[in-house]
Amino acid sequence: MSRISISKRKRSASAVADVLIRIGAIVGALLFIGIVLAIMGYDPINVYGKIIQTPFKRFGGVMNYTIMLTTLSLGIAIAFRMKFWNIGAEGQFYMGAFGAAAVALSMGDLPPIVLLPLMFIAGFICGGIWAVIPALIKAKFQASETLVTLMMNYIAIAFISYLQYGPWKDPAALGAAKVPNFSENAVLPEVLGVHSGWIIMLVLVVIMTIVLKYTKFGYQVDVIGESETTAKYAGMNTVKIMIIAVIISGGLCGLAGFMQASAVEKSITDSMSAGLGFTAVITAWLAKLKPPVILVASFGFSILLQSGNSLQLMKIPSSITEIMQGVIIFFVLASEFFINYKITWHGKNSGAKEAA
Amino acid sequence: MSQPYITLNNITKSFDSVYANKDISIDVCKGEILALLGENGSGKSTLVNMLSGIYKPDSGTITIDGKEMSFSSPADAIKAGIGMVHQHFKLVDVMTASENIVLGHIKHLTTSKKRMAHHVEKLNKKYGLNVEPDKKIYNMSVSEKQAVEIMKVFYRGANVLILDEPTAVLTPQEITALFDILRKMKQQGCTIIIITHKMAEVMEISDRVTVLRKGECIGTVKTSETTPQQLTEMMVGKAVELEIERPKCCDYTSKPLLTVNSITKTNTDGVNVLNNVSFNLYGGEILGVAGIAGSGQKELCEIIAGLVKATTGSITFDGEVITGLSPRAIIKKGISMSFVPEDRLGMGLVSGMSITNNVILKSYNRNPGPFIDSKFAKKLAEQIVNDFNIYTPSVNYTVKKLSGGNIQKVLLGREIWLSPKVLITAYPVRGLDIGASYNIYHLLNEQKKKGVAVLFIGEDLDVLKSISDRLMVIHDGEIVDIVDPDSVTKEDIGLMMVGEHIRKESAQ
Repeated sequence: MSRISISKRKRSASAVADVLIRIGAIVGALLFIGIVLAIMGYDPINVYGKIIQTPFKRFGGVMNYTIMLTTLSLGIAIAFRMKFWNIGAEGQFYMGAFGAAAVALSMGDLPPIVLLPLMFIAGFICGGIWAVIPALIKAKFQASETLVTLMMNYIAIAFISYLQYGPWKDPAALGAAKVPNFSENAVLPEVLGVHSGWIIMLVLVVIMTIVLKYTKFGYQVDVIGESETTAKYAGMNTVKIMIIAVIISGGLCGLAGFMQASAVEKSITDSMSAGLGFTAVITAWLAKLKPPVILVASFGFSILLQSGNSLQLMKIPSSITEIMQGVIIFFVLASEFFINYKITWHGKNSGAKEAA
Repeated sequence: MSQPYITLNNITKSFDSVYANKDISIDVCKGEILALLGENGSGKSTLVNMLSGIYKPDSGTITIDGKEMSFSSPADAIKAGIGMVHQHFKLVDVMTASENIVLGHIKHLTTSKKRMAHHVEKLNKKYGLNVEPDKKIYNMSVSEKQAVEIMKVFYRGANVLILDEPTAVLTPQEITALFDILRKMKQQGCTIIIITHKMAEVMEISDRVTVLRKGECIGTVKTSETTPQQLTEMMVGKAVELEIERPKCCDYTSKPLLTVNSITKTNTDGVNVLNNVSFNLYGGEILGVAGIAGSGQKELCEIIAGLVKATTGSITFDGEVITGLSPRAIIKKGISMSFVPEDRLGMGLVSGMSITNNVILKSYNRNPGPFIDSKFAKKLAEQIVNDFNIYTPSVNYTVKKLSGGNIQKVLLGREIWLSPKVLITAYPVRGLDIGASYNIYHLLNEQKKKGVAVLFIGEDLDVLKSISDRLMVIHDGEIVDIVDPDSVTKEDIGLMMVGEHIRKESAQ
């Protein structure tokens, strides 16, 4: 009788093996989806071909998603590193968009050089405030931040709907419920064919890498994430650090809202996030909360998101890309198991054979 | 020597090309107590895990009663009559003793309380155990829980008992009782393998001792024909000074460095976990604290370190009241007090971070500006790794992957590097082997000679008696007495630990 035994690796897998296992997981996921596609009657090679072409054919669209996803994931990552489970990126995104829109709509005549930074700041502050409310409630009453941040999403979305259908409804839109378009001054200019949010995104990735890796603040965040008891023992002001980190977290999500409102929507709507605030939780997690990896993961997911639209033209439901996202997540999470554990097959009398 | 009952023949086991056990051969006879001795990482646990079916040897054979065995799971080992009592009990708290005993091994379709109680009584009688069948686990003391664990093993029909550091959590009286039980089992023909670090116990209970070092079997000797000194040398590979020195360097007429004044701590259940605790701690002394685990040691340390607020009472450091200050405020005031907590990985260290990131935990803020001084961090880590002989592939190695002794050295190294005036250590040698423990005692004595006031919360009474200048015994959150360790016996201390004042009888 042969048996399989599972044992925890004494040492975790080497860095190379780690990367290989992850790549293997993604390849495995794609193969699995290929089979599903074939069963559904589609040609998997054709579908994958379309997906691979997407970043070349629709680079702008992919980048729009990448900018949003990366910025949201960065915001989520700093909170998650502290084990503050901020599931409220969606709400913070909308509040950031609201802040930017409030500036754009009320001061649309200011020159872009003044107006855009103001919108940037407003987006950051509004997102930050939306995130700090659950943090304060947690600090004061030990309420679960997971629930509070999640619920605050719906308040934010409902608030934007209210603006859209109520006080901010564009009278010139002939009865359609729509917030007026921003003035040209409030729109982020294009650089190299993509809205300049990509520059902001890259700068944010660099800043967050430095903050998390090399600063005292990043160190404090990581220590709190590992053990709050240890942080207190070391004399850290855990509440203050948590509040600052959460403001940064919400602020970054707010910036994503600002960029989407300013550059893509040129207005705000109550569906402008397309649920990316939740997708970003996944990309942040897949990237192990490391900023440079977040950029890569977000780009990959953006290709999937964008190709959903192209697939519809082939009469393939665009939801297939959502299934793909789900399958990839499952495979990558499952691969963690192989990084931490190893499986050994014991053949019949293997011990005796080796001894002989 | 009679026919061996268990024979381990050339057992080899490696993990990722590192040998945990290499060519180990051991014989154990029926009715024998074999002690397994070795430093941390010497392969004791790996070896007994193979005997109890948790691991499978890469090569070599296990023979029991003449039959070659191939265990694929603990269930196979239990079938072959081998039972293991782990260091950390695996009991269901909300169930009774008898429920725990039959759990997973119900021999009949239905279980009746009466039948279970009957079984328990039978085993009680046979082995001199004292398990109350209907007592819930959460109402039990540590030694009672251990008895349940032992009975669990026998209920499953074991006649070979493996005990992993069974005395680590017991008082002297409880240890004596346990040894009586083990002797009775031996008379009944049981074979016992016991892992322990305490040399005195090895000498007292075992018939033979097998010493492992770095995965290899150094030798098996008859206990009656060896000495602790010889065993230690076999274990460590070189002569080790087993004497704990106790230099006198404390001036008790000077002002105490730390004064704890009527500290009372009431927990959320309204129970006083510390009750009116007062004592002085002088520079240049080691004040030992003896007490049953959970008598308020943890709370006392955490209150002094500022992690927990006392309900009433005050603490004065060098003339300055520090009660109610947070650790941050205490550090900011320039009060250098180091606390080596009991819970190393949960409080003292950040287990998932590297050595470098751990040694700077309390000094990362020393340079101005927002950035971590990574050069300083690396230098400090290398210095501590060097000074304290920490065995690690690099300073960037994750702390939780180090061995217990090395983890403790990282923690102690960091605290000592801060050159504190007061050093609070809670169970600093818990889980460490002899070599590493004596290193730690030596380090503490070094600190004491420098004039540091050391509060030493310990569990091994032999050690407490020899290292402490004064010995404070606590029971149930109260100080029973502070005694001169040379004027009391271990048994006296044991009695005080359960709350009996013995001073009147032994008053000079």
